[in-house]
Amino acid sequence: MMLAAQQFPRLLAGLVPGATMSFANHQLIHGPMDLSRHGRAASEHPLLLEIERAGLRGYGGAGFPSATKIAAVAAQQGRPVVVINAMEGESLSGKDMLLIRHLPHLVLDGAIAIAMALRSDRILLAFDSGAAGARRAVERAIAERPERGTPGFPEIVGAPLGAAYLTGQETALVAALNGKAAKPTLTPPYPFERGVSGRPTLISNTETFAQIALIVRHGATWFRGLGSERAPGTRLVTVGGAVARPRVVEVPGGTTVRRLLDASGGVTESLQGLLVGGYAGTWLPPEAIDLALDPLELSEYGASLGPGIVFALGESACPVAEVAAATAWLHRESAGQCGVCINGLGAISAALLELCDDGYHSGSYGEIERWCGLVSGRGACALPDGAAAFVSSAMATFRAEFEQHARHGHCDACLDRRVLPLAGQELLAPRPSRRLVAA
Amino acid sequence: MSRQLRIDPIACTGHGLCAELFPERISLDDWGYPLIESGELSAELSEHAQRAVASVSAVAAKRHR
Ligand SMILES: Cc1cc2nc3c(=O)[nH]c(=O)nc-3n(C[C@H](O)[C@H](O)[C@H](O)COP(=O)(O)O)c2cc1C
Ligand code: SF4
Repeated sequence: MMLAAQQFPRLLAGLVPGATMSFANHQLIHGPMDLSRHGRAASEHPLLLEIERAGLRGYGGAGFPSATKIAAVAAQQGRPVVVINAMEGESLSGKDMLLIRHLPHLVLDGAIAIAMALRSDRILLAFDSGAAGARRAVERAIAERPERGTPGFPEIVGAPLGAAYLTGQETALVAALNGKAAKPTLTPPYPFERGVSGRPTLISNTETFAQIALIVRHGATWFRGLGSERAPGTRLVTVGGAVARPRVVEVPGGTTVRRLLDASGGVTESLQGLLVGGYAGTWLPPEAIDLALDPLELSEYGASLGPGIVFALGESACPVAEVAAATAWLHRESAGQCGVCINGLGAISAALLELCDDGYHSGSYGEIERWCGLVSGRGACALPDGAAAFVSSAMATFRAEFEQHARHGHCDACLDRRVLPLAGQELLAPRPSRRLVAA
Repeated sequence: MSRQLRIDPIACTGHGLCAELFPERISLDDWGYPLIESGELSAELSEHAQRAVASVSAVAAKRHR
């Protein structure tokens, strides 16, 4: 049977922790996808109009309107390529891997529907070759698809790539898929103009395709039946930090931060701040717990949910040391191509690390905020912009702690705790295992 | 026709030549990388801009959209 009118959860319906949903069960839960209307020109395709009416915005971080992006690809000459971006280089996020490992057919459905609307013959699913269980889940899901080999249906190819924070950035991803180093390239040309194999390329996030699979089945009105006017539908949020059960939750758009934390077992200590949007996101004071995750409300604080991340920083951690370590990591993850990344991020990161030393201070603390302003918008990609927002919002939120460190050097917590996960680095304190369950 | 200077941040080596050729609109940041001041270019300034574009491959003139 099809999903009942407004059943919840939507994406995570039928999820069994530890298991990959088979195609048969997927069909039982969500019903078949009707692609019979899919014969028209892409620009006036009914699915495109439906996605536009749904108000779908990409879940990869930037929140760009999906219909606009699809239409831009449709308007190009040449047969497009569709890329599912499941790189999830952001170590605070777990939603894309959850979808790939447990609910791959939802993602493939969405990509197939879009590929057919665009008359594309090729879908690439780009994922982290090192993610446990990902390769197996992808291979099995592709092999299970009944459309496989049917004329008129796109070919689906898994593309395991070496993961790094930058590999998921769209021009870096195109470079990697073209067999080059995974480094961003100058735009234009944008991937929608010239991407994989030089063809027009639609790159969207894993969750974006999963949501499209539901819009294909139930339409825009149904999609908007949950969530708020400005944040229609549901979305996946990875909740981490000082909560009892860090996890991926599906929530209606516009939910408050407090409800998210409650759905993750509640906070385990009093909070000194909240990181919203991940390593390209924004630190907010604990009072932000009553904010609605609504684009307008968040934007008043200069914040956005980004790829759907909320991290609660408990009192026992040192915000200065956390921000310094994460910034040093971002600097190392940069492609080292642009002056602002090499030098600007390098200077910011060094000045932050110095705050957690106990010896000589060069006094560059006072420059950090100006440097953040200086690096924004001047790289080939948005990595420095994200890092700058992360650092400057931390300095505004934790002003007293930063001043304290600038005067007296490290605190006790600087030395013996580290709670923000950074790919390739051990945490300094044991973290509860991450269970991935719907709320 | 309105034009805007743009730097290719990947190609830019921080040599600083562009700022020497077009000091009216290009200054250098703390690390020697160019900062461009936007705004309409008068005929005279356009000549200086053209000089920078011609001599430095990382500087390009983009037509305003
Ligand atoms: C440094 C950096 C890293 C990124 N990493 C990812 C990623 O891992 N996964 C992802 O979907 N988007 C990532 N993005 C965003 C992509 O460039 C792109 O906007 C996104 O995949 C588009 O999907 P959407 O329209 O569905 O949001 C990253 C962007 C930047 C600047
Ligand atoms: S801004 Fe940084 S990460 Fe982005 S392309 Fe330039 S050097 Fe690489």
